[in-house]
Amino acid sequence: MIEFHLDAHSGVATYLQIVQQVKQALRLGRLQVGDQLPTVREVVAQITINPNTVLKAYRELEREGLVVSRPGLGTFVQRTLASTSLASHAALRESLVRWLHSAYEAGLDGESVLALFMSTFQDTQKEEIVYQDT
Amino acid sequence: MSNALETTHLSKRYGRTWALQDCTLALPAGRVAALVGPNGAGKTTLLHLSVGLLQPTEGLVQIFGCSPLKQTTETLPRLGFVAQDHPLYKDFTAADLLTLGRKLNPRWDDTLARAGKLSGGQQAQVALVLALAKRPDLMLLDEPLASLDPLARREFLRTLLDATVESGLTVLLSSHIIGDLERVCDYLIILSASHVQLVGDIQEIARTHKRLIGPRQNVDAIASTHTVIETSQTERQTTLLVRTNGPLFDPSWEVQEVSLEDIVLAYLSQQVTESLSSSSQHRMEVVQ
Repeated sequence: MIEFHLDAHSGVATYLQIVQQVKQALRLGRLQVGDQLPTVREVVAQITINPNTVLKAYRELEREGLVVSRPGLGTFVQRTLASTSLASHAALRESLVRWLHSAYEAGLDGESVLALFMSTFQDTQKEEIVYQDT
Repeated sequence: MSNALETTHLSKRYGRTWALQDCTLALPAGRVAALVGPNGAGKTTLLHLSVGLLQPTEGLVQIFGCSPLKQTTETLPRLGFVAQDHPLYKDFTAADLLTLGRKLNPRWDDTLARAGKLSGGQQAQVALVLALAKRPDLMLLDEPLASLDPLARREFLRTLLDATVESGLTVLLSSHIIGDLERVCDYLIILSASHVQLVGDIQEIARTHKRLIGPRQNVDAIASTHTVIETSQTERQTTLLVRTNGPLFDPSWEVQEVSLEDIVLAYLSQQVTESLSSSSQHRMEVVQ
């Protein structure tokens, strides 16, 4: 069972924070097919949140085919996001750590690393879109 | 969907002062709504009119389609009300109060009134548990959080929200603490200077309001398609808070998200500015 937490200052809508946290757990393998999500009542008790918001988040996850709700039983994971990529995480993480060390050696601080990463990431996203269009 | 509460041109006057004027709004059933506004805005008047403690000067108020004044047998069992400062009979123990609640309410549910639920701001909790155990369909609370410390506030909201799960309970709570409301409420009513300023779904309100930052410029072009709530100008920069009525195309504006608190404050200060300017006009007329 996973626990949710809310960041009131993130500017991200509350229901989306829940959606993102479930997806994150699916990606990292913390949630697997067949696992049950906490009931609405449990989420309300845990983070003092409007029940309609939890329902909205679960409906969105259901719409994306990630979970299925079984009336009277609860909401269950139907599909995971980790299956293909999880195995390669360790190796990627290792090369990322090596890259980070070389960035620090080159004199970049944390903020510069993040800025460089984000701008490169966004550039490749754009290329990806162009690539997919053609 | 049916409405738990509906008002049409609802107005209340005390002597020559309007406490609430031309208030038209609908609260759909199943919502958890926040009623926000500064002191003296008319929040308590609206709540008292809704439970039938006050008679409107003009207009109409309906609870599930019935009048809270004339059709009390239909409305009273369905209404829960926690008044400001959680008034209770001071000489009664919690157990006495629960016995009283049991004897007075036909739909009373003892399983909801367990004394074990009491913790934190206990007086507030007792008042809440008393109101919840009569199993209302519409629960009205007047500044329930005002006197509570953060821990008791969380406890209070948790009990209230837990009661709404799977029960279809509609909630309207007035507050001037905006911080907690975004996660707790899904509907918002902004009241100030005895008028309704804004009513609607909180997510929708958050989605449609934007802050626009751009070089100093005339705002007429924006104001022709969108509603400008707040404007501030410096020599080089114009900052707006707008309610968008469609996509924003003008690339000279940088578009930012706005917090719910900033949206509420913008509506409240807008009203203050208008009422100040109208009262200064009024004073000028008197002077002349």
